[in-house]
Amino acid sequence: MVKGIEKYGIPVVHLCTVVPISRTIGANRIIPAIGIPYPLGDPTQGEEESYKIREKLVTRALKALETPIKDQTVFEKDEW
Amino acid sequence: MAKYKIVHYLNQFFGGIGGEDKADFEPEVWEKVVGPGQALKAGLGEDFEIVATVVCGDNYFGENLDKATDTIVEMVRKYEPDIFVAGPAFNAGRYGVACGTICKAVEERLGIPVISGMYEENPGSDMFKQDVILVKTGNSAATMRKAVPTFVNLIKKMVTGEEIFGPSIEGYLERGIRVNYFAEERGSERGIQMLIKKMKGEEFQTDLPMPKFDRVSPAKPITDLKSAKIAVVTSGGIVPVGNPDHIESSNATKFGVYSIEGMEEMSKEDFMTIHGGYDRQFVLENPNLVIPLDVLRKKEKAGEIGELLPYFASTTGTGTATNSAAKFGDEIGKKFIEEGVDGVLLVST
Amino acid sequence: MKLELGKIEIKDIQFADRSYVENHVLYVNKAEVEALVLEDDKLLDCHLDIARPGDSTRITPVKDVIEPRVKISGGEMFPGVIGKVSPQVGSGRTHALDGCCVVTVGRIVGFQEGVIDMSGPAADYCPFSKTVNLCVVIEPREGLETHVYERAGRMAGLKVATYIGELARNLEPDTVEVYETKPFAEQAAEYPDLPKVGYIHMLQSQGLLHDTYYYGVDAKQIVPTIMYPTEIMDGAIVSGNCVAPCDKVTTYHHLHNPVIEDCYKHHGKDINFMGVILTNENVFLADKERHSDMVAKLCQWMGLDGVLITEEGYGNPDTDLMMNCRKVEKAGTKVCLITDEFPGKDGKSASLADTCEEATALASCGQGNATLQFPAMDKVIGTMEYIESQIGGWAGCVNEDGSFEAELQIIIASTIANGFNKLAARGY
Repeated sequence: MVKGIEKYGIPVVHLCTVVPISRTIGANRIIPAIGIPYPLGDPTQGEEESYKIREKLVTRALKALETPIKDQTVFEKDEW
Repeated sequence: MAKYKIVHYLNQFFGGIGGEDKADFEPEVWEKVVGPGQALKAGLGEDFEIVATVVCGDNYFGENLDKATDTIVEMVRKYEPDIFVAGPAFNAGRYGVACGTICKAVEERLGIPVISGMYEENPGSDMFKQDVILVKTGNSAATMRKAVPTFVNLIKKMVTGEEIFGPSIEGYLERGIRVNYFAEERGSERGIQMLIKKMKGEEFQTDLPMPKFDRVSPAKPITDLKSAKIAVVTSGGIVPVGNPDHIESSNATKFGVYSIEGMEEMSKEDFMTIHGGYDRQFVLENPNLVIPLDVLRKKEKAGEIGELLPYFASTTGTGTATNSAAKFGDEIGKKFIEEGVDGVLLVST
Repeated sequence: MKLELGKIEIKDIQFADRSYVENHVLYVNKAEVEALVLEDDKLLDCHLDIARPGDSTRITPVKDVIEPRVKISGGEMFPGVIGKVSPQVGSGRTHALDGCCVVTVGRIVGFQEGVIDMSGPAADYCPFSKTVNLCVVIEPREGLETHVYERAGRMAGLKVATYIGELARNLEPDTVEVYETKPFAEQAAEYPDLPKVGYIHMLQSQGLLHDTYYYGVDAKQIVPTIMYPTEIMDGAIVSGNCVAPCDKVTTYHHLHNPVIEDCYKHHGKDINFMGVILTNENVFLADKERHSDMVAKLCQWMGLDGVLITEEGYGNPDTDLMMNCRKVEKAGTKVCLITDEFPGKDGKSASLADTCEEATALASCGQGNATLQFPAMDKVIGTMEYIESQIGGWAGCVNEDGSFEAELQIIIASTIANGFNKLAARGY
């Protein structure tokens, strides 16, 4: 799906738990998500903390969309 | 009269018009047997008749893909053939692509069996071997004689609907279609035998050669996020409660598009997940864990992003065929281009 | 560790006023077994039924399948779950009622419970179409939380299997098979000229409804460990998951792990079977990384020349499979994978969700997306109500007469990824 959209020239950031699969299928901008049962957040830490985690990941994802890249890149940190 | 009618497709060279200088030749249909058609005719015998031959220049076909395809399909239709044969194209690249394209179109639009043939390194082979049975030929026309019996056998089987066996038995290019069969030994025993050979350094045959995935080069980044239109797509199976589009919980054959207009966050009253591959309890409780609408709305209000597309696209990722996923991506991409989307968040579980 | 496995062949099951085995027939006191199941107050109702090979019978939705066994030399079956954990697990003598199974059936928990047809085209794909099955149909109390219901169903099956297994305690087995694996150093020294082979057994552990239990421990909480192969034959591992039906490693399949059985067949002839490495398939990347590192380390430590790796489920466990393959090969041990494929209904898509260069040897267990026509059956044990939402079915796939079309995925263990069946896929 990532490639199907990106081939139209729209940048796609893939937020996913299983980064190796994302690498194999060929997503270009990848953000590791928290876990399969809760990709964006972590309800086991309470709603407030979970929201903060989600906000951080979404912010990182938007940053990734603004970042020029040449090859497949996994954005693991917030260093820009 | 022969029992079965054939229409045959050739390029300008095999049609006897000329070489590269005649590659612009526009499609014509002749009611006679031409060039390689003679060898096929001899091999097929009296039950078969090549009622017409369509000839088209490779460049004309390549440069007028849609128009040429439409014209040729209509030419073929007129003769109501039982089977359509193209080429073989051997190692001629543009010819191979033309044979594949026209075969696929004839099969789709006329619903009759089609067959072509080419050298395995012909660029048309990778493009069409999944869709069209392509007889494996050598890289030059000198190998036609060897290919004839293979063509004859397959043509006969195709018109009568007889079972077509595997590529190594029938002599066509492997199509990359995975077909079940019952092996002599169970999987564990076959695995042990394979491992023993591998450990000894002997040759062995894997059941599944590792596929290679194609790549798309990274799209240019968003230049101004503050005025950008952002869309969200997910393979996490988020759908309105009740799953109105009946998206499957595994091996999905469709995706859905669902409005988030006027919503401040994803509510469990409105949305659920039907994904069959993970423990759903957390996401059922809070769908924002997959579609981060709460965060995105906040960013939209704060002016950090221009605007959010008023809907999201969703399907299930579990066991969904890669070809289906590619198709969904293509359809979503087309839609997003029309909507002027600048960037996409795709969330997978 | 040495285990004698005595097998008593069972040709039929019949209901009677007491439970016993005579002349290869299992007689079951229905009321007694139903009462046993209903000791659990989470279950509202239970009834037993019998399905025989060749019957026009469909069993669905099936949760688990278990072969009745009993330990007769000390120790208990299903340690940590039903029986007590003891050092005797995997050693001494165990009796099995061969050819019959306990099948748990009931309203579905997730999407993932499957179908067993006792005759017709689907019977060719299912190992339990060839066994005589004692079906335990359960009805949960209204409003039971899914995880609680899953556990109640799991325990009901194991309890009944233990009850039936007990009937084999004083029987004379028809055959006795002997399996033995020695401690590493001794085992390595026994056949110094044969390649040392191990088995990496990946347990499904993706979530509350996708779990497996090792001595009663939830497999997602384990780190990779080593196990004597015979421990599994005494029920050290039980299934507690609702993975896609075709892929389900039922408790029966743990007792009858085909890689372990076949490695023992080759043991001392062309391989030296050293033992089993257990690992899991967790949903967090950090777990996947840590556990594949550990698996590779254990292979090296055991001095293995080659390993077979099997998985349960598909999709993200394919990543665990490939990470294990890559790291184990890099550590110097040759790998052969055994798994099934999901290339779409037309068979044209990629078979696996993840791949790696090192996966040069793979034994296919067939592709689960191929579709099949399921004829109507005279009798349904359980309910057909969920077919359309069970994995492999789709909206509108069921016809009015009870026949339906579905992917092979819907059949219990049809493409089970440990090589139990002869089904395989090849390229066309």
